[in-house]
Amino acid sequence: MKKTLGAVAAAAAVALTLSLSACAATPGETSGEINYWLWDSNQLPAYKQCATDFTKANPDIKVKITQRGWGDYWTTLSNGFVAGNAPDVFVNHLSKYPEYAANDQLLPLDDAVKKDGIDLDIYNEGLADLWVGQDDHRYGLPKDWDTVAMFYNKNLVEDAGYTEEQLGNLDWNPQDGGSYEKAIAHLTVDKSGKRGDEAGFDKNQVAVYGLGLESSGSGQGQTQWSFLTGTTGWTHTDKNPWGTKFNYDDPRFQDTIAWWAGLADKGYMPKLETTVGASVADAFGAGKAAINTQGSWMIGQYTSYKGIETGIAPTPTGPDGKRASMFNGLADSIYAGTKNPEASLKWVEHLASADCQDVVASTGVVFPAIKSSSEKAAAAFEAKGIDVSAFTTHVENGTTILFPISENAAKVDGLMVPAMDAVLSGKKDASSLTEVNKKVNALFE
Amino acid sequence: MTTLTKHPPAPTFKAPQLSKRGRGPSKLRELRIALLFIFPAMIGLVAFSLVPTIRGIYLSFTEYNILGEPKWIGIDNYTAIFADELFWNAMAVTIQYVAINIVFQIVIAIGLALLMQSVAKSTFIRAALLLPFLVANVIVALLWFWMLDYQIGIVNEVISWLGLPRVAFFGSEQWAIPTIAFVNVWRHMGYTALLVFAGLQAIPHHVYEVASLDGASRTRTFWSITMPLLRPVLALVLVVTVIGSFQVFDTVAVTTGGGPVNATRVIQMYIYQKAFGESDFGYASALSVVLFVILALVAFIQMKFLRGNESDLD
Repeated sequence: MKKTLGAVAAAAAVALTLSLSACAATPGETSGEINYWLWDSNQLPAYKQCATDFTKANPDIKVKITQRGWGDYWTTLSNGFVAGNAPDVFVNHLSKYPEYAANDQLLPLDDAVKKDGIDLDIYNEGLADLWVGQDDHRYGLPKDWDTVAMFYNKNLVEDAGYTEEQLGNLDWNPQDGGSYEKAIAHLTVDKSGKRGDEAGFDKNQVAVYGLGLESSGSGQGQTQWSFLTGTTGWTHTDKNPWGTKFNYDDPRFQDTIAWWAGLADKGYMPKLETTVGASVADAFGAGKAAINTQGSWMIGQYTSYKGIETGIAPTPTGPDGKRASMFNGLADSIYAGTKNPEASLKWVEHLASADCQDVVASTGVVFPAIKSSSEKAAAAFEAKGIDVSAFTTHVENGTTILFPISENAAKVDGLMVPAMDAVLSGKKDASSLTEVNKKVNALFE
Repeated sequence: MTTLTKHPPAPTFKAPQLSKRGRGPSKLRELRIALLFIFPAMIGLVAFSLVPTIRGIYLSFTEYNILGEPKWIGIDNYTAIFADELFWNAMAVTIQYVAINIVFQIVIAIGLALLMQSVAKSTFIRAALLLPFLVANVIVALLWFWMLDYQIGIVNEVISWLGLPRVAFFGSEQWAIPTIAFVNVWRHMGYTALLVFAGLQAIPHHVYEVASLDGASRTRTFWSITMPLLRPVLALVLVVTVIGSFQVFDTVAVTTGGGPVNATRVIQMYIYQKAFGESDFGYASALSVVLFVILALVAFIQMKFLRGNESDLD
């Protein structure tokens, strides 16, 4: 215990000294320096450009950008809240902001939106609404969005005799997996060259898996299985946002997970135990998997592997005859304890404006939240030779499902990660999730 | 003290007088100097151990998410702990880790110490044994994480080259804890061996001479002389390593993060997850207090049982 407490105390002390020195370095309001945090290093150059433009227009305000990896980002941010030295403005995530808002750590933006006449209709549909809390206050302005698609290895697909058209028109159902499973099976090759759907295929000696595996996806399954469950009519919660009852006991969900876990059993997908410490994208880059389902924020990485020609196809259609993809959006939020709310607000408004989002679009890394900027981003990808229609189709055809927003997100994760791991590794049946669902829902009682 | 003993003893008849006159002020001065020396250590103890411990005990009776104010809820956290499957799982996993870690570490350390004493007498080799201990825990963990990787790890490359099936060292539920225990045995064995080695050096030579005169075999000498006389050192090593391994965290945090499923969710990992992952600092503090009590008991029992504070040499 001593160690833990010691560590906490040390962290607190370090945070304190940091905050003191930070205070000394920037004596409050007059200097007008704003601290801005983000986690994605790929987007850093774009936002540095935004900051330069911003300072040019507002010479009194300087923006200091800090990039921190996803893992450290949130603990450092929490420590910052406690110590009172959190960044003035930071990139926020849907799974995190409800807790911060409930603890009064975020500055409501309603007045500013009203006063400065910000038009929320310029953003892609639904994105702005995600950031209105349970108390009906707005805690963020949309910056970008992402959907899910299939990245595939063009050479492997060609060798298997599949055309890109065929791959873009697969269908799926939880009973036999449809043509989606057939494609995955056929793309799987064992060490002696036998394909997954041929007699004599050795599932214990697989050289190339049809489908890559990242993780069990916890309770959201954003890139792992939500594009499948979304086509069955199943939803994560009773309502979204702010659901208070989860539906992991629903047979539609459990059948989907059981089918998916079955792929590992058949040898078409790596076993969960082999993914610990491994990067699903790097395995794809090494030619060890033919298809990966991933989010649009990974486009850059997937298309940059040397010697691998990557294609992008939309996710399969499901029992409802449509495709589905989770739709997640990030936003910029302001820390309630900021010493410089006026300048922070200005910066957030700049980030949420077409001026900055066009800059982000031009780098071709992510899709900005503003509709017109999104189109520019698609054009920027196009110019790099990357067809991103597999991602944009969901937005155009309204086949998106919103990222589930609820309270207790971290605690739901704490229950769902081990539970989903157990099912995917074959230790437990998918029906075991009914029991877990009771525990999840007990969090909201 | 030392300067006094170096001087020739004062005449006995004068001594009581001197000490009588000198006792008050000099004792006080000694105390002052002592306090001066203790002070820096006291700051650390009070600021980083005592205050946080007391605050931790207080927080264990509250509901506290670090951003709000702690709310007193009495012993609710403690009753919840006893009904918490994950707590019991964490204890079972931790004890499994401790058992594997301690048995291998102590046995290997004694072996190494014996080698250091009678075979490997070069300072270079003795120092080399300590090398893994000089590398930071996290680095060691990442190094092995990489070497034992299922796909690209060198160990699995060798295994598959030998024609054996690859092993998911960190990924499978059966292997994860033994693997993590092994990594830490590897890192700590040199250090533990050094402690045991120091203990061996302290055993007087004449006992061994007498034993060899009596015609005792090497095995007999080891079990009847070395081991009993090594007991105080072993007791210390055992207490320190048991407490240390109960607190295993970094190796787990940078490799499996508690998984697969709950196979490596050791108690410290669970505490960390509750506090920093789920912002449940009250519950995490209660778990910490429980761990504190368990460790205090373990240390107490070990010291009593092994009579670590007395030596057979006396």
